[in-house]
Amino acid sequence: MSARRRVLPGFGLTMGLSWLYLGLIVLLPLSGLFLKTFTLTWDQFFETVASPRVLAAYRLSFGAAFLAALVNAVFGLLVAWVLVRYRFPGRGLVDALVDLPFALPTAVAGLTLTTLYSHNGWYGRHLEALGIKVAFTPLGIVVALTFIGLPFVVRTVQPVLEDLDADIEEAAATLGASPWRTFTHVLLPSILPALLSGFTLSFARAIGEYGSVIFISGNMPMKTEIAPLLIVTRLEQYDYAGATAIAGVMLAASFSLLLAANLLQRWTQRRFEVRPG
Amino acid sequence: MSVIVEQVTKRFTATGTPAVSDVSFHAPSGAITTLLGPSGAGKSTLLRLIAGLELPDSGSVRIEGVDCTHLPVQQRGIGVVFQSYALFKHMTVRQNIAFGLETRRQPRADVEARVDEMLHLIQLEDLGKRYPSQLSGGQRQRVAFARALAIRPKLLLLDEPFGALDSRVRVELREWLQSLHERTGVTTLLVTHDQEEALEISQHVVVMSDGRVAQAGRPEDIYDRPSTPFVASFVGGTSMLRGHVRSGRAEVGSLVVASAGTAREGAEVHAFVRPHDIKIAKPAHGSTEPTTGRVERLKSVGGYVKVLLKLPTGETVSVEVPRAEFDDLGVVEGDCVQADVRMARVFLGDYAI
Amino acid sequence: MHPTTLVARRERRILSSAAPVRWLLIGVALAFLGFFLVVPLVAVFSYALQKGVGAYLAAIQEPESLAAIRLTLLAAGIAVPLNLAFGLAAAWLIARFRFRGRELLLTLIDLPFSVSPVIAGLIFVLLFGRQGWLGPWLVEHDIHIIFAVPGIVLATLFITFPFVLREVLPIMQAQGSDEEEAALSLGASGWRTFVHVTLPKVKWGVLYGVLLCNARAMGEFGAVSVVSGHVRGSTNTLPLHAEILYNEYNLAGAFAVASLLTVLALVTLAIKKYIEWRAEAP
Repeated sequence: MSARRRVLPGFGLTMGLSWLYLGLIVLLPLSGLFLKTFTLTWDQFFETVASPRVLAAYRLSFGAAFLAALVNAVFGLLVAWVLVRYRFPGRGLVDALVDLPFALPTAVAGLTLTTLYSHNGWYGRHLEALGIKVAFTPLGIVVALTFIGLPFVVRTVQPVLEDLDADIEEAAATLGASPWRTFTHVLLPSILPALLSGFTLSFARAIGEYGSVIFISGNMPMKTEIAPLLIVTRLEQYDYAGATAIAGVMLAASFSLLLAANLLQRWTQRRFEVRPG
Repeated sequence: MSVIVEQVTKRFTATGTPAVSDVSFHAPSGAITTLLGPSGAGKSTLLRLIAGLELPDSGSVRIEGVDCTHLPVQQRGIGVVFQSYALFKHMTVRQNIAFGLETRRQPRADVEARVDEMLHLIQLEDLGKRYPSQLSGGQRQRVAFARALAIRPKLLLLDEPFGALDSRVRVELREWLQSLHERTGVTTLLVTHDQEEALEISQHVVVMSDGRVAQAGRPEDIYDRPSTPFVASFVGGTSMLRGHVRSGRAEVGSLVVASAGTAREGAEVHAFVRPHDIKIAKPAHGSTEPTTGRVERLKSVGGYVKVLLKLPTGETVSVEVPRAEFDDLGVVEGDCVQADVRMARVFLGDYAI
Repeated sequence: MHPTTLVARRERRILSSAAPVRWLLIGVALAFLGFFLVVPLVAVFSYALQKGVGAYLAAIQEPESLAAIRLTLLAAGIAVPLNLAFGLAAAWLIARFRFRGRELLLTLIDLPFSVSPVIAGLIFVLLFGRQGWLGPWLVEHDIHIIFAVPGIVLATLFITFPFVLREVLPIMQAQGSDEEEAALSLGASGWRTFVHVTLPKVKWGVLYGVLLCNARAMGEFGAVSVVSGHVRGSTNTLPLHAEILYNEYNLAGAFAVASLLTVLALVTLAIKKYIEWRAEAP
């Protein structure tokens, strides 16, 4: 792949434009953050990051995100399955609705969910009668994050399910496998990479989520305070260093997840892509 | 009789022709039976009906004496090889082959032994740990065979198994299938549109068209004695010539054949001639005998020469002459030659004479 | 998130689950979606119209709401075209050429997508804030970025950066460059080829990317919240304005604003469905 005359035009132009724009809008600002982290001493860094309140916030953000991603993995798979394999009235409408959390502003989601689950909200009043308090508790955070992450699993699993060759299932049936066995031994392994990918995306999105969560969380330190909120608080106090430190850890986590998701995708393609033979 | 299909009909649309219409045939035990026909003939549908992957609207399917018409596919004791191989991509070759055995909960040791046996049968002993994506098309198809045979099926169903392969691999696997069948002796039902394949490896052929059986019999019978114009034109390249009944006999160009007594004077007949059943000769120098036609085009194809002969009636006939023979003839394009039809299948309307 | 066409799977009877299983699964899936998606959707409009249509319209037409609408439109109006241009250029680059650093470029472009919105706001504060890198210089020249409109626009640009590219790129990659090469062989210039051959082929992806970009640009909360001064009437976008109303216990007002954004989301979904429908029909 050495320097050769390129047939299609526009290489230089698009290359220059892309990197320039990327640099200005994304890299420059992000590098500002990185530089800032280096101005902190290790002590400063740890002091901020390891303080009980911050740790509690990390636990909450990561824990709730994980739970929400888990719920989305299970139900997202179910929704994708039902949409791809069954016919029922309103199927098109349901399929369109799945993208709602993706298109809806996070603040609107946050406001609505809070109002729904609060003491006299439509859901809240029934749930509290059962002794389940959602608003202003970690459970509320999980609910909000589930809403936000809903489309990720569905949309990554759907295309894979659609592309599944029916021949595979028929082959399994001819070999004597029951529908359940076909699902667990033949279908599920094929969908697993997509499922994991969707889970990771949902998880990554949920960790840093702000708008949909801060209304329903209640923001009580040590209990329902999410990490992004801590960053905002520090900023309001002009503690740039502290905000940066907290952000640094979150960024590291996001990037690792992004890397994992990319690797997963590449692994899938290599393992399961059958070139025409 | 191993497979008996009786009056099976299957429709996919409420109106229009059924995919399979009132089809009955017997497939002999231990033999390779081919369902042969053009695309859309209904042969794949018929195979799927026998497999249990479709349910017939009417009719019955018996496999080895057991009425399977309403039996779920899992319980019919069949093995299926798909055109797309349908291997489980996330499993190794060994795991693929073992799948049916494990489903039947056979002991681990037995499963491993059987897998080894199968790998030996398909001659891929060293590739057991590979994944389908690491195999060639021909290898994948052999694994598909092994997977289907591992469970000792009563009936092996092959749905255009070599359709997705290069022509050379196809020919190799065709021979391989024959030797495999000799070793296993499993009753086999093969679907193909490749009549060379059908004639070469099967013991029984069922020719289908438009959802119906056109003719069933041994390959030689199908080839030499086609019972309908469709079968005559589909099996073995043919040229079709038109003629008429004159004085109680069918005259097709220079060919004269006794016609059925009931034939009307002047009634139309169709004759189907195979390209190698026509012998060309250059008229001797100075001969005044009438010639049959003019050589319009010559094309050398591999070991024989294709001669396109134009008849005075305007029709063209394709003749195949072995190279050596052709060189002796000394014929070039534009020559007028005599053609002698050794054998033809003549049909009065739709009936064979 | 690509437009997923609901392709009708060839019905293989053998593979369909038994009717009761099927309906149970459908029921559970619909119940889940109803609970999590549909009811909240309905709730937005219900709360917005709590005090009647008159109050609803009044809330929307308040000067601060109108200012918020204007600012939201401005931010989106700048972010979407810029990101569209970038998306098309980068898609052309990545889909049609092989070069060193291609994978790196792809990963970097995805960064804004994976970064928390708050952090997205943070980085601009670190750059342009009072104690940021460029802070003193900006104060000297009386340029306001943070707590002012430019900051909001920048944050929006960052957040919606990859949206158009992510939709257009897979389509361009899947389609291959045969047609472009044919156009070139017929003497067309690069630009002409791009406009007349490439763009029409990817038009649905572009449209969908623009839609998503726009929806996100108008609805962004976290990042904008950090860089905005929350000054009513001047540095509040619609989402921020909704928050302010909510914090003042003006539920109906907050949801009136929210309903505007919700309608935008629904229109986005509807157009997406239309696109899929058109893309399916040859």
